Parts: sequence; C-alpha cells; structure tokens
Amino acid sequence: MTAPEIAGGPGAAPATPEHLGGRGAWWRRLPVVRQVRQSVGLQRGMLVAGLVLCAVFVVTAVGARWIAPYGWSQLRTPDGTFGAQQPPSAEHWFGTTVGGYDVLSRVVWGAQTALLVVIVAVLASIVVGVLLGLVSGYFGGWADRILVLVADAVYAFPSLLLAILLAIVISGGQSSMWGGVLAAALSITVVFVPQYFRVVRAEVVRIKSEAFVDAARVLGTPHRRIMTRHVLRNSVRTLPLIVTLNASEAILTLAGLGFLGFGIEPTAAAEWGYDLQRAVADVTSGIWWTALFPGLAIVLAAMGMTLVGESLNDLADPRLRVRARNRKVAGSVAATSVATAPAGESSAAADPKEDS
Amino acid sequence: MSTPVARIDELAVSFATDTGPVRAVDGVSLDVAPGEVLAIVGESGSGKTVTAKTVLGLLPATATASGAVVLSGRDGTETDVVHVSAGELRQVRGRDVAMVFQEPSTALNPVYTVGWQITEGLRAHGRVSAKEARRRAVEVLRTVGIPDPEQRVDHYPHQFSGGQKQRVVIAMALVLNPGLIVADEPTTALDVTVQAEILDLLRSLRDSTGTAIVLITHNMGVVADLADRVAVMFHGKVVEEAPVADLFAAPQAEYTRSLLGAVPRVGEGTARAEARAAARPEGWADADPVVAAEHLTITYPGRFRRPGFTAVDDVSLTIRPGEVLGLVGESGSGKTTIARAVAGLQPVTDGSLRVLGTQMRGARGRALADMRPRLGFVFQDPATSFNPLLTIAECVAEPLVVHGRASSPDAARGRVDELLEAVQLPRSYGDRYPHELSGGQRQRASLARALALEPELLVADEPTSALDVSVQARVLELFAELQDELGFACLFVSHDLAVVDRLADRIAVLYRGRLVEEGTGAEVLGSPREEYTRRLLASLPVPDPVEQARRRAQPTPSAASHASGTNA
Repeated sequence: MTAPEIAGGPGAAPATPEHLGGRGAWWRRLPVVRQVRQSVGLQRGMLVAGLVLCAVFVVTAVGARWIAPYGWSQLRTPDGTFGAQQPPSAEHWFGTTVGGYDVLSRVVWGAQTALLVVIVAVLASIVVGVLLGLVSGYFGGWADRILVLVADAVYAFPSLLLAILLAIVISGGQSSMWGGVLAAALSITVVFVPQYFRVVRAEVVRIKSEAFVDAARVLGTPHRRIMTRHVLRNSVRTLPLIVTLNASEAILTLAGLGFLGFGIEPTAAAEWGYDLQRAVADVTSGIWWTALFPGLAIVLAAMGMTLVGESLNDLADPRLRVRARNRKVAGSVAATSVATAPAGESSAAADPKEDS
Repeated sequence: MSTPVARIDELAVSFATDTGPVRAVDGVSLDVAPGEVLAIVGESGSGKTVTAKTVLGLLPATATASGAVVLSGRDGTETDVVHVSAGELRQVRGRDVAMVFQEPSTALNPVYTVGWQITEGLRAHGRVSAKEARRRAVEVLRTVGIPDPEQRVDHYPHQFSGGQKQRVVIAMALVLNPGLIVADEPTTALDVTVQAEILDLLRSLRDSTGTAIVLITHNMGVVADLADRVAVMFHGKVVEEAPVADLFAAPQAEYTRSLLGAVPRVGEGTARAEARAAARPEGWADADPVVAAEHLTITYPGRFRRPGFTAVDDVSLTIRPGEVLGLVGESGSGKTTIARAVAGLQPVTDGSLRVLGTQMRGARGRALADMRPRLGFVFQDPATSFNPLLTIAECVAEPLVVHGRASSPDAARGRVDELLEAVQLPRSYGDRYPHELSGGQRQRASLARALALEPELLVADEPTSALDVSVQARVLELFAELQDELGFACLFVSHDLAVVDRLADRIAVLYRGRLVEEGTGAEVLGSPREEYTRRLLASLPVPDPVEQARRRAQPTPSAASHASGTNA
C-alpha cells in the first residue's frame, strides 16, 4: 500500500489498485510467498527452515509409494526375509526393526499416515469449531453460555486421556488403516474443537459490535447473510496460525496414541509412535537405529510446522514484525493531503502508522 | 530571553514500513523562544506529531532521524536530542521538556494515585524525600486548579472527570518545571466547555511559570485562542510560519488560505436555512412527520441490581419531510443514542418514537422490515463502517441486493457507478478495498451506500468528526448538495455547533439526556434562551485571534455555573 500508487486523483489516470495486479508479479502476493518476502533476518530464517521441513514432510508423504524401497508391512523379498534388528546396510539404509520391517520404509510410509491424520483432524475441528463459535458468538444467550462451559470442561480434561477414550470408542480396539486414521483424527478433533470454538467466538463477539455490522443491521440484512458475508470472513483471519500450530500438536498426539498402543496396527499402516514403542527394548541393547529414525521424523515434522506457525504469527502482527531499518533518512513524503489536489481528495490513507 | 528553549534544525524523519521507507518529516527548522506558545497545525499525515515526538526523543524503533533538535535547559545546558544516548535522553525528559498527551484517560495509570504518578517524575530525577515529594505534588495540583489538592492527591484517576484528568496530566508535565511543554492535541478528546477551561489553564501557566508551549493541533479555533506564533505543516514541510494575528489576517501560502477557508464558523448557515424555509410549499408544516418522538426515554439496564442509566430522558422532537434537524450536545448527552434508536439499533424504553410511520417502541425484526429500506445511516468512523474484505462496489451494492433490487453485486454495478458519481467518486474506485481509500473518500462511499435505496430519512451520526478540517468542508458541501437534490429528511448528529449550523434547518440542543433548546439556527445560535446553550457558544473558540482576544477580555456568562457544571 504505497501511497503514490493509489494517489491517482479522479482527474489523473488512476493507478491500478494493488488487488488488480498493481504490485508486481502475481506470485509475490501468494500468502506464504508474501510473508517470506516481508520477513528479514532471524524471522526469515525460522520461516524458511520451517517451510523446508514441511515441504520435505509433505513430499515424503505424498510420494511414499515411490520413495519407500519396500512396503510398510513387507517382511521379505523374493530373495528371502529381511531378518530382525539388522543394522543399517546397503539393502536397508536405516536397518530393520525387531519385527523384521525395513525402518526406512516404515518412516517414509509413516509420514503418509501422519499427514492424513493431520488433514482429517484439522479439517474436522475447523468445521465444527468455526460453526459452533459463529452461531454461539453471534446469537449469544444461554446456548452460548452452555457451549462455553462445555469447552472449558474439555480444556480442563487431560487431552491425551480424552484422545485414548475416544480412540477406544471409535475403533473398538482393532483397526484397519482408515479406521485407525479416523479414530486418531477424530479423537484429536475433540481436543482441538474448543480451541477453534473459543478463538472464533471471541472474534465474532468483537466483530459483531463493529460499525459495518451495524450498517448491515440498519439495512435489514437477514441474520444468515450477516453471519456468512460480514462476520464469518472477518473472524477467521487468525485460524491459519492456529492450524499450523495445531498440526504439529496433532502429530505429537498421534505419536502418543501409537506409543501407548491405541494407534494403528503395523499391518494396516506405518505409524511412528508404534515403531518407537516397539524400539524401547532395543535401546538398552545398543540397537539405536530402530528408535532414532522414527523419533527424528516426529521431531522434525512437528518442529517444521511449529516454526511456520510461530513465524507467521509474528509476521501477522505489525508490532512483532521486524523490518529492515534504513540507516539514512530516506523515502519520499507520502501524499496524505487533500488541499493541493483540487480535483478531490486524491490522496489515500497512506500509512496510518506514520502519524499517531 | 534570546536563546531559544528548543531549536529544530533541518529535521528529517523517515519510517521503515513494509513497502520501503516513508518520509514523514522533510527538512523542518523551527525555533521556540522562552515563554512562547508555538502552534504547529496541519492535517493528519503532515508530520506535526512526528516533529513533536522527536523533540522528546519518543520516536519508535522503526524511525530514522537526521538534523538536530537542540534543547536548552533552564540551567543553560544544551542537548541535541537526535544524537544523544538513551541515558542522557532520560535526563533531559521531564527536566527540560515534558509532554501533555491527547487522551487523558489513557495517559494516567489507573492503579496508582495521581500523587504517586506526579511524584514519579521527581523520583526519576534525583532523591526527594517522600514528604517533600508530596508537598510538591500538592503544590502543582493547586497550580493546575484542582480543588482540595491535599485530599485529591491520594485519589485515583477514575475519581476525576475528563477535564480534571487533563489537569493532572498537565501537573505531571509541570512538576519538574521544564522550560518547554509539548502538548499534542491536548483538548481534542474533551468537550468544548472543558476545552475552554484547559486552554485558560495553559495560558495562565505560560504567564506564571514562563514555560514555552509547543501546541500540536488541527483546530484553528484553539490556535487563535492560545498561540503566539503558528507554523503550518504540509507534506512534512513547514509551508508558513507567522505570528498568529498575521497568519489569520493575511495568510501567505496557498495551503494556509485553503485551510482557513475550510474552517466552519458559527452563523454561516443562517442565510441558507432562511432561504430553504422560504421555499417550502404551502401546508408543508402539516405533513406527516418522518420522525416523531414524544416523551422518548431510553435507559441502559444496570447490572447486579444497580439502577439503569437513563441516556435519553423525556425528549420530544419531530422531523418533517425534507427537513434537516441538527442534534447537538457534548459527550454523554444522549445524541448518538437517539440516532441509534431512530435507526432501530437501540430499543426504546418509554414514550413513543414513530419513524416513517412505524412505532419503534417494542418493534422487532419483521415490524421494521417495511421501514428499513426507507432509511439510510451514515456512521461516525468511516474506517470501521465498511467490511474490510469487500470492495467498495460490493459494499455499496449490499442494500440493493438485500432488498432484492439486484440479484448480485455485479448486477447492481450500473446503479453503484451512478451512486459513486453522485458522491463525486470516480467509478474505478468501486474496485478498491476500503483501506485503499482516504477517510474523506470512505465517508463519501458511506454516503453513497446510505443513499442507494433513495431513502426518505437519513441518519448521520457525527459523519465528519473523524475527518480533517479541509476534508470535512468538502464532505459537508457534498452533503448539502445531495440533500437539496434528493430532498431526504435528515437527522444530523454532531458535537460541533459550527458544523451543524452549516447544514441544519433546525437545531436541537441536548444536555445530559434532556432537550434544552430547539429552534432554527438563527434562534438557537443567534439569541439562545437557555443558559447551557449560551455557555456552549461562549466556549467555542472562534478561528479569529482578534475576536477571540475580545471575547476573552469580557467575562463569560456566569463563570460560576461554568465551573460547577464540568467538575461534576
């Protein structure tokens, strides 16, 4: 929003507004690309590191079938069985597990399971949380109070315990791949819904009292239209930040469930938490490769998403955003005045930050 | 007397923003003599606040400054604020220069007593015994005219009224007896009657303590009242610098002339109102009123069994078709509450309010559906009255879509373009987002939206109070033109008598929820019957230093009630 670009008066040829492509190539304005360009120094380093980790995670998950040398439950090739607890070698780069699976393949396929769970969990909690938060915040009243109470109660409950409970209820103890993914995802959903509910509700309550909602009410706009057109879109701006942070939490919860034995059977899908649990006994006997690689995968995936979330969070807040300081007084005076442009107030709200 | 207390030399300031550096101040040079009041005027974005903040070294971390700001203390030390370490800067603040902020309620910390906050400055600049500090705090509170300072020194900020809070803020600035006080819009957040008292106080302080004052303001009336010398800033530069009488009598710069021309003055609208009244057709007064309020009372419910707060108390008024009623009052007088009740945003507690034939008392959703398309509303703050995610065209099309005149915003585009041209905005602005427009442009778009359904009644709640003077003048002009052309009735709410006078056929004055006076502009402003109206008029500073000095010389009508009314 540089002032000169929008300073074209009614008399002058108006400059192209920025949303119509007045600001360079289109790809520069894509959500994440814009933030990378905006950031400097350490903030940019964190964001780029997080993005790289996330990209590796997603590529591994999507391309598992081409990347993994073997299947997740494969125990033998035509040449013979893999053998249990084999150290890393040319055939098995990360070695094999106590059950005789290839560690590298399990780690790669595990990424796919993790990605599916994250996507299902986040989508489900967004849909439920946003819907409840919107209705509850907009109409208020006793329904709102009860929902807030329930959300608080869920908050107070230990989240992993709740997830275990739901995993048992949903999957009944045994699991196919999709059954296990859904069980894990939905139990994570229940833990996350209160977060989305509270954030959206708080935003809706704030937006509800803004003048533009009053303006819509004066027109006699129906409630449904006010909610969808005016309130909803303005109250979900912070969600992408929570999503990235929650995604990493979802990976950790999934691993926790798997570690405690409430995850997915090894024959149904690969799952990092389960592998880690099976590796516990190996560690004391000096077999490091079965625990290290799944553990590393969990840490890197969770860290990548947290880094992205935290840096996006900081960049979205103008007070936390670091800008490159100019050493000398530079730049031109923004055209903020109206008096010298007789054709009308041709200037624009140049930069509210500069005058307080 | 010869050395200036502050010398600003070729000051330039730029800010690092997301889109590269922006220059806010561009080569400003000014001197402030001891005991002088220098006013810096200019519209928002002209760099006046940044200049003032540089004097105190209060620039944010994103700012870069060059040039020099040399402060001379009372003991003769000289400090260049721009090139000084943080530690030395702390020494200078409070001792050589102090600041009075715009909003007194946020400048005071609510959890400490005012005495503690005043003595904080003393503690920061050397060891003072608790007893001595308290004595100085009481003394300085007495200087700024707080009654019973011995008791009041232990009170908390919320126990003071708005005007008294500003006095306390001034006391905080005064306690170290600095040679220079920077006052950034010190009266903008206050009502006119309180503003007059604070201006009196600043003037007497200058006379008694000899401190120089740099006054940042956009209100030319305040400048005429208080300033000795005026610097007009525009685009980060000083375009004109002159003694106050010369500036008002013979402005040199083109910009200064247009700025002065834009200032509304009381009495300008009388002729227009008379001409309009004469042109009314026969039998107009008997026509069904658009708005008829009888004994209207609006109460905000109290919490926890406390009694409710009565915002509007037994008000009766009417607006006839095509008539503009100006509703004037200070903050808390209930003027906005009435406007919101007329628009159906605020339930009516008692009495009767008929708007366009619909009884608003007890009316719910469907009962109002018939009246809604016939009423338009213009909000106070143009920055928040548009959905930031919709383009201007979509916002303006919203009423057309909601009431079925168009199937989608795109289908309404033709009508939207007509409306934008009616409010003198180019068609292409329809594709912009609200944040890409300036305040005045947004308020025009707001007007276009309110007029989209060709309403019979327009409610305007302080539509120009968030705008700069020159922008305000244009919006008011446009408003008057459209009203003449389309002939809608209008409830125009404002705290500014001069603004209301420019537009209104009749003026109603509210005071603490009650209607104290109603009549034509000539009646209410020319020969006010009520005590309160007279006080309101007397407090309004006139943008003319000679006239203002004359008014100051003669005692204000009943100075006693003047003081009692605002200390409550």
